[in-house]
Amino acid sequence: MPTLLINGQEQELDVPDDMPLLWVLRDVVGLTGTKFGCGIALCGACTVHVDGRPIRSCILPVASVVGKKITTIEAIGETASGAKIQRAWLSLEVVQCGYCQTGQIMSAAALIESNPNPTDAEIDAAMSGNICRCGTYPRIRTAIKQASQSA
Amino acid sequence: MLKRIDDEKDKEERKGFSRRTFLVTSAAAGGGLLLGVYLPRSIGAKAQVADGIFAPNAFLRIRPDDSITLIMPQVEMGQGTYTSMSMLIAEELEVDLVKVILEAAPPSDKLYANPLLGFQVTGGSTSVPGFWEPLRRAGATARVMLIQAAAVQWSVDPASCRAEKGEVVSPTGQRLNYGALVDAAAKLPVPDKVALKDPKDFTLIGTPAKRLDTPEKVNGKAKFGIDAMIPGMKFATVAACPVFGGKLKSVNDSKAIAIKGVHQVVRIDNAVAVVGDHMWAAMQGLAALDIEWDEGPNANVSTESIVEQMARASQHDGVVARSDGDVAKSMPTAAKRIDAVYEMPFLAHAAMEPMNCTVHVTKDSCDIWVGIQVVSRAQATAAEVTGLPPERIQVHNHLIGGGFGRRLDVDGITQAVAIAKQVDGPVKIVWSRKEDIQHDVYRPYYYDRFTAGFDAQDRLVAYHHRVTGSSILARWAPPAFVNGLDEDAINGAAKEMPYAIPNILVDYVRDEPPGLTTGWWRGVGPTHNVFVVESFIDELAVETKKDPVEFRRSLLGKQPRVLGVLNLVAEKAGWGTSLPDSVGRGVSVQFAMGTYLSQVAEVEVSKEGEVKVRRVVCAVDCGQIVNPDTIVAQIEGGIIFGISAALWGEITLRGGRVEQHNFNDYRVLRINETPLIEVHLVKNTEAPGGIGEPGTIGIAPAMANAIFAVTGKRVRKLPIKDQLRPA
Repeated sequence: MPTLLINGQEQELDVPDDMPLLWVLRDVVGLTGTKFGCGIALCGACTVHVDGRPIRSCILPVASVVGKKITTIEAIGETASGAKIQRAWLSLEVVQCGYCQTGQIMSAAALIESNPNPTDAEIDAAMSGNICRCGTYPRIRTAIKQASQSA
Repeated sequence: MLKRIDDEKDKEERKGFSRRTFLVTSAAAGGGLLLGVYLPRSIGAKAQVADGIFAPNAFLRIRPDDSITLIMPQVEMGQGTYTSMSMLIAEELEVDLVKVILEAAPPSDKLYANPLLGFQVTGGSTSVPGFWEPLRRAGATARVMLIQAAAVQWSVDPASCRAEKGEVVSPTGQRLNYGALVDAAAKLPVPDKVALKDPKDFTLIGTPAKRLDTPEKVNGKAKFGIDAMIPGMKFATVAACPVFGGKLKSVNDSKAIAIKGVHQVVRIDNAVAVVGDHMWAAMQGLAALDIEWDEGPNANVSTESIVEQMARASQHDGVVARSDGDVAKSMPTAAKRIDAVYEMPFLAHAAMEPMNCTVHVTKDSCDIWVGIQVVSRAQATAAEVTGLPPERIQVHNHLIGGGFGRRLDVDGITQAVAIAKQVDGPVKIVWSRKEDIQHDVYRPYYYDRFTAGFDAQDRLVAYHHRVTGSSILARWAPPAFVNGLDEDAINGAAKEMPYAIPNILVDYVRDEPPGLTTGWWRGVGPTHNVFVVESFIDELAVETKKDPVEFRRSLLGKQPRVLGVLNLVAEKAGWGTSLPDSVGRGVSVQFAMGTYLSQVAEVEVSKEGEVKVRRVVCAVDCGQIVNPDTIVAQIEGGIIFGISAALWGEITLRGGRVEQHNFNDYRVLRINETPLIEVHLVKNTEAPGGIGEPGTIGIAPAMANAIFAVTGKRVRKLPIKDQLRPA
């Protein structure tokens, strides 16, 4: 019966140790902003932060994150980097269908948190694990630059 | 912002999809999917829906608290329709766009039919072209009635009053907000005719308005079908027979049932589902099943067997789709003839949101939570599976996490309802990515034959194009499949083919591949035809030693808007300027979904044969522009969607089974592979064209033509994959 720290709240959960964090968040805790896309860490739709680092939650056993700080899209706006990214996403109208965008935003927020002024190559490297079928990549690139340059 | 309730008053209007609503095919000029024109009934005479609500038509509800609700006939899947539809109504109603609250329309072909397609459907890039007039009229009607109500109260001439920002203003500057007028307005007769604003007076249409759906899509609050959470709900995942047409023979579920959290194993005709406390339990349960399939008649089908059958079929004369002059006479006498065969693969949609559907069946009701492009068909299939009357079926439509045509079919709902019938309480059925890719309805394989004839002066005098492939219309809209001709399969090849050639013959051979179902895919018929036509035209330019842009210009004298976008893109792309040795430039033009578009792609081919698109320049003339930023976004995204397919997109079959599984072997473009994309819009006041699909259509031929320019190798079969790798 693992206890998790999700978005600043402790949650005691009756789930198996090997259950991926994605399904704990979505089906047990009810935080549906984190998305299921591929199930094998190929698409990035399920990206969350564990101790501030972007992780694919679809293959992450819940037992491995006990005692760590889990942040999801629902709370990323409370961090300075997350709020910057969300503002840039809105200002540049990055989003189309929006399904992958929560994962994109989590990856982007982690990027500018660790690297406040990323180059194009660094953006590509950090974001190439997040697939968008609507093809919002050009705007994602611009939005990350705008966010990194904003106060 | 996005509210979802079913309007109780609309229940009586609910009806399943009726074939009667499909008028016989009369594909309107340039329409992507224009099957017939069904005009919505005139706006009803009853203005009042319920006490205190002003509802002059099926689309609008204005309440005393000033709230303005648009009953949204179209479904949002990224294309921006929630915003553009709202802009149409807000422009005429004279309210701020952000004041518009959206509710997904309940199933009703009568009230919410797509004016261009005849029933309740979002597809074929028809939302703006179809609702351009009805929604502006709906807004204008309400505005006229609200002004009338205010004028009566003030005892002034309505013509002396005006509406602005949700208020009626009198000649002396008195103001009444709409909420204060709803009671009086609801008692007025609905006018038959109202004047629409002159486009020069538009203040909202044509501006880059902010999308209404974005705020909730950046903070995790947006609800897609897969996010439905119903109290007491269980979770299920499913495996259908891996061979299409096969059946479930037997299943040993003893290991699955023993897994903690697994509740139930549900058997239906051709699939088995495991129901659990959460998706993880269901997934583990499914993996633990010992399933025996009866693979049925398609167990030996392969891509090779399908293509062999198609190649044979393509040798027979087809149904004539276009005939100008006399090809039978002019071709044999041509001084020179060029032949080519083109092939395009089956494609999956691979939308980011995997197929899913949440259902609660009771003895006298069925509720469905899903994102679907065909709401009334969702209701109809649930009625059929449950045996309940349609009015007992509630469809709660949701945002769609990428449609691209996939949610124009209700197979996932049919299956989910069949499973849910055996489950006590609500159940959410989610497909794995593998299930999603292996049980798609696929973009058809096409096999195209071309012959062109030149006279002794190297003038193009005869042109024959034979399309061979599956008919989606014959399955999806049988009344629209008339005399053996599938208007979609030849869309972009026949009357939309823009080049002036004295003798033209285009014919269609229907050949249905065994072992899979074909369906709509972004860009529909033109995605196929524009690739083959624009590639072949490029071959003809090369054959006559002409520049590809110059050659096209010489055949486009009677097509000013095609010529317009071609000239604009050539200028913006720097056509004819020098490039590095490893980079080539290719061009394409198209007329589809009422929109004219031309693209230039710059493609780099390495010594190892690796293909990378560096830059794409695109010129778009879609007539009247509703939201320019959405148009640019749709073109950018459409191009990227098309690049993925052109480079790698391919579904293949072996032993009746789809061979691809996930994004590793059904590869799609990533950010590091994305080119620079520049979009240039032509401004005019022609009728608005569609924009969701056109970007996808012309990118593959522009890429293939660029590859020829740099390597001298003609890509006649997609995907490009490793065709350029040195032998």
